Amino acid sequence: MSVSRRQFLGSLSSVALGSMLPVADSLAQGAPIKVGSVLDNSGNLDIYGKPMVMATTLAVEEINAAGGLLGRKLQPIQYDTQSDIALYTKFAQQLVRQDKVDVVHGGITSASREAIRQTFTRANTLYFYNVLYEGGVCDRNIVVTGTTPAQAVEPIMDVAMKQWGKKVYILAADYNYGQITAKWIAHYAKERGGSVAKTDFFALDVSDFGSTIAKIQQEKPSFVISALVGGAHMSFYRQWAASGMNKKIPLASTTFGVGNEHLALSPAEGDGILIAGNYSQESTDAANKDFLARWSKRFNDTKIVHEIAVSQYQGIMLWAECVRKAGSLKREDMLKAIESGVSIVGPGGTVTIDPKTHHAALDIKVMEVKNQKLTVKSTVKQRPPLDTARYCDLQKNPKENKQFEVNV
Amino acid sequence: MDYFAVVLLEILYMIAFLALTSAGLAVVFGMMRVINLAHGEFVMVGGYTTIACYRAGIDLWFAMLVVAPLVVGVLGLIIERLVIRHLYGRMIDTMLATWGLSLLIVGLVTLIFGNSAVSVQAPISSYEIGQYQMGGYNLFIIAVAALLMIVLWLVMRFTRLGLVARGAMQNRDVAASLGYNPGRIYMWTFTVGAALSGLAGGVLAPLTGLLPSVGSSYIAKAFITVITGGAAIITGTLSSSLLFGTVNQIVSFASMPVVGEIAMLTLAIILLRLMPQGITGRFFKNSA
Repeated sequence: MSVSRRQFLGSLSSVALGSMLPVADSLAQGAPIKVGSVLDNSGNLDIYGKPMVMATTLAVEEINAAGGLLGRKLQPIQYDTQSDIALYTKFAQQLVRQDKVDVVHGGITSASREAIRQTFTRANTLYFYNVLYEGGVCDRNIVVTGTTPAQAVEPIMDVAMKQWGKKVYILAADYNYGQITAKWIAHYAKERGGSVAKTDFFALDVSDFGSTIAKIQQEKPSFVISALVGGAHMSFYRQWAASGMNKKIPLASTTFGVGNEHLALSPAEGDGILIAGNYSQESTDAANKDFLARWSKRFNDTKIVHEIAVSQYQGIMLWAECVRKAGSLKREDMLKAIESGVSIVGPGGTVTIDPKTHHAALDIKVMEVKNQKLTVKSTVKQRPPLDTARYCDLQKNPKENKQFEVNV
Repeated sequence: MDYFAVVLLEILYMIAFLALTSAGLAVVFGMMRVINLAHGEFVMVGGYTTIACYRAGIDLWFAMLVVAPLVVGVLGLIIERLVIRHLYGRMIDTMLATWGLSLLIVGLVTLIFGNSAVSVQAPISSYEIGQYQMGGYNLFIIAVAALLMIVLWLVMRFTRLGLVARGAMQNRDVAASLGYNPGRIYMWTFTVGAALSGLAGGVLAPLTGLLPSVGSSYIAKAFITVITGGAAIITGTLSSSLLFGTVNQIVSFASMPVVGEIAMLTLAIILLRLMPQGITGRFFKNSA
């Protein structure tokens, strides 16, 4: 018996349709709400992406277990962008045109966000970006739930300058995140009567910090603050410890711990580093303990939970809260709900959307690395996104659509 | 004065770093005219071998100085037998094949060790020069690099093995007519080159965090060092590491590391424009 291509495809699609039937049955109350996501589940960035994908799965499953939203179940549509910018644009188009999703949560690097943001804005598909970044995006179609430099830098500078003194040496990654963060560090240092000994920028593949370590010793700062990023920059912390400097000059960082760097350094190398961010696994809040228990029940291992995985989870929960408040998925209703000061309590604390900037006010924890753990020292409640707020007012200019370069 | 000593030591360290990471590539390129684009991955595998052994309870020194070169040497031997030997004399094809290999190795290591940074602590504690704290482990790297260059030179200059190797390098047909099998010589050369890369990866592991993708940060520097050095293995590697290491560090100290790297790359471009055959293509022509 011969089977023509057409017959074969026909039977294939009927098989596919048949296998989908039970799913459709269980959603009998109405078509599911489609939640799209584009994240790097493999490749270079998968240390960040994998836990975010897991967080997405967990959030969607929890919402469904509680009965879904508006009486409808959620259907996650996740694409793996494989740490490849070209795939971001491709899958963003697919989500908008083919899958016709109701919301997208995704993007990791700022480059990936800018690659897909306009696609969603043009298609009027609501977009949540749930990662800490350099700040400045001003677009009514997007909601940003990660921290920006001004949010994390001031609390850490407060603690560090009180503890260690006024002369600061800044090390930062040489791209917009590092440069903007360095500006904020200098700004807050001067505001508190301090001074900047020197600022050094490093390309992302620099892995030798010998000359810098010598220069730091020449300047004798009260402390060093780093906004270094990625695998190669890890060697700074190793070489710093190998030269015995970690016992002499204290170290603070705005980025350490985001990719679970504290697990890669031994306690002798990492102990004492001061950091600031939205999330610590060691937080004793009930919301966090409960979250970790649920995570471990679903995926066993909680070791890989990091700030941006929590951020992704909080982003989805925040969106769900908006849907409940709006009572519909219509764009106008959703925007009204988003701009009503909606708020949730997540594993990282309270998250509130700021109507003016579509960024989030977040609780910032100042933490210290101790025995490969991030011990919380103090918490600053509800830090507003001051940097973006300098430029962006979506209530006044709802048509704004750009990323401002933050300057201080 | 103290500061001067610190700068000098950092320069020495950078020279040692360049010489170590490019020695393996230089041996293979100098002897066989094969450009091994998987060189960075060989270094990376050396690092991972060291860390895996250390975690399994093997002494760190033994792991980095013996196990890492052995494992990567065997890996090199297998790759030479399976891939490289079919491609001798076809430079572009070899580059393509070894590049594919590098992707394969990165993928395999990611599968085994995962994609998050791993590392070991430096086994030598720090010391002081006046008021400056210095990493003691850097001295060890300088010593290893110096020793490696001396041993290489002794072998090439004074042993029969070295004589045969240099002979095959200058004219493979003559070497063959005298009864030495060039295929054999190439096989062992590639193995030794790989083992040297493994050694570099092993001893550098405590200084840098390791990621499966770290190889690409070694290959670029090793590549320009070897090409600028030219065909002579030892003099070539030494002269270009000396030049690049010094320029990179002095500029880094005077401004910042990014500018140091730029200065080094600019110098490489100028040198290659003036001496397309590398430094040893112009000077020290008959050196090993």
